[in-house]
Amino acid sequence: MSKPELQLSGDVDQDMLNDDSNSSEYVEMWVDLFLGRKGHEYFCEVDADYITDRFNLINLQKAVPKFTQVVQYIVDDLSEKTLENMTPQRLEVLETDARKFYGLIHARYIITVKGLQKMYAKYKEADFGRCLRVHCNFQPLLPVGLHDIPGKDCVKLYCPSCEDLYNPKSSRHASIDGAFFGTSFPGMFLQAFPEMVPRHPTRRYVPKIFGFELHKQAQLARWQELQRRKLEKKLIDNNVDLSRNGGYRSAE
Amino acid sequence: MSEYMDDRTPSSEEDSGTYDEWIPSFCSRFGHEYFCHVPTMFIEDDFNMTSLAQEVPHYRKALDLILDLEEVSGDEASGEMDVDGASNGASGKPPIVSRSIIEHAAEQLYGLIHARFILTKQGLQAMAEKFDHKQFGTCPRYFCNGMQLLPCGLSDTIGKSTVRLYCPSCQDLYLPQSSRFLCLEGAYWGTSFPGVFLKHFKELEDYVERKGKESYELRVFGFRINDQAVSGQRMKWLRQYPQTNEEWDEFAKCEFELPQA
Repeated sequence: MSKPELQLSGDVDQDMLNDDSNSSEYVEMWVDLFLGRKGHEYFCEVDADYITDRFNLINLQKAVPKFTQVVQYIVDDLSEKTLENMTPQRLEVLETDARKFYGLIHARYIITVKGLQKMYAKYKEADFGRCLRVHCNFQPLLPVGLHDIPGKDCVKLYCPSCEDLYNPKSSRHASIDGAFFGTSFPGMFLQAFPEMVPRHPTRRYVPKIFGFELHKQAQLARWQELQRRKLEKKLIDNNVDLSRNGGYRSAE
Repeated sequence: MSEYMDDRTPSSEEDSGTYDEWIPSFCSRFGHEYFCHVPTMFIEDDFNMTSLAQEVPHYRKALDLILDLEEVSGDEASGEMDVDGASNGASGKPPIVSRSIIEHAAEQLYGLIHARFILTKQGLQAMAEKFDHKQFGTCPRYFCNGMQLLPCGLSDTIGKSTVRLYCPSCQDLYLPQSSRFLCLEGAYWGTSFPGVFLKHFKELEDYVERKGKESYELRVFGFRINDQAVSGQRMKWLRQYPQTNEEWDEFAKCEFELPQA
């Protein structure tokens, strides 16, 4: 981890700076502890430089009380003395605030060039799980929030193959705040890595009884296929190459 | 469930005291939560077993095992010629059928009987109870709001594919969430089950029709992505339902075939 460059002007004593370099040798970094926690597999590591850059924290000051202290806590910049003087209750509050704050910075970080790279590595490993839809062929998923304001809804998973939204498999992941990933992440990700956009499956499942398709379901499937063909035609008319990423996989 | 438990008792009560009955112990095994109990009455009816003898090896012994009619000891040689006796006879020496082979055959046979039974009225009732208790899991799709799933196979012959789950709400097919169900044979539920289930319980279709038909569209900072971009929306049709009058007209034209543009 690179040495945090402190741009938090004024609030930091000089002795805290000195403390930092030797304390990190025997104490595990807060960020590492956070990432190692069970259920936090979706998060990536946010650079300390990014966290301490005030510009990146615009409008986050009001998100938690004692904002400066929380930032210092996250980058392990609080002196031992300060921590020792805190009551257990205060420490607990600080820890909760730090987690929330890290989540909010995380949402901003993962749509930066560096953050996208880190999430790309996680996506490649299918850290966010795979789509359970049969025709999606184990497509790796991407985390997404439905709101950018914390405390509204939990994280969901977006499948780039069927373009739909799924609930995480494990309840541990299902309880993470969606705002920690943000509403724009999958869109940014797929624009940054267009080669990661799969070709979309066109195969459908229609329930059958002894080989005969159910009429109502089959009719709907036909109508939906008609909508797809109309879109396909429109795209081809606009010279979009559908034989490559973002195109359609043939039904067979 | 009690309704058909009663059916079984008269036939198996007298010999159930000493050892576990095969069907309940099979259904209560870990990972067998999708199976329901097939009453012995159903199995004892030869009509229901039509042509199963050709599909399962050691049919007789397997059937006896399922019905708890006879203890098959580990080293007992099969005296009678089974329907598929020819395959054993090829080796020349008297065929030795071990308990584990019979056990395996019994599982296959029970699975195929199960696929037939769940299409009967009684079977549908039993499966509906499991459905209500979400024993087949719920749809992972966010907008399906935890709709219960129905197990189904992609083929009616053994060994083709594992069990899949059908969501009546999004009308799509999913893999089981838990890995313990990933290796279950799909033919044990059969291809027709979700269809028959939907047609039998009309209220389910009505309920699904009344449900909200929301779908998701990817946005970046609140803006839509252009259709022509590589990451543009290409799958809207998959979750689309007719809304406007023109769309309903178009829908009517799709009644029997895809209209040519």
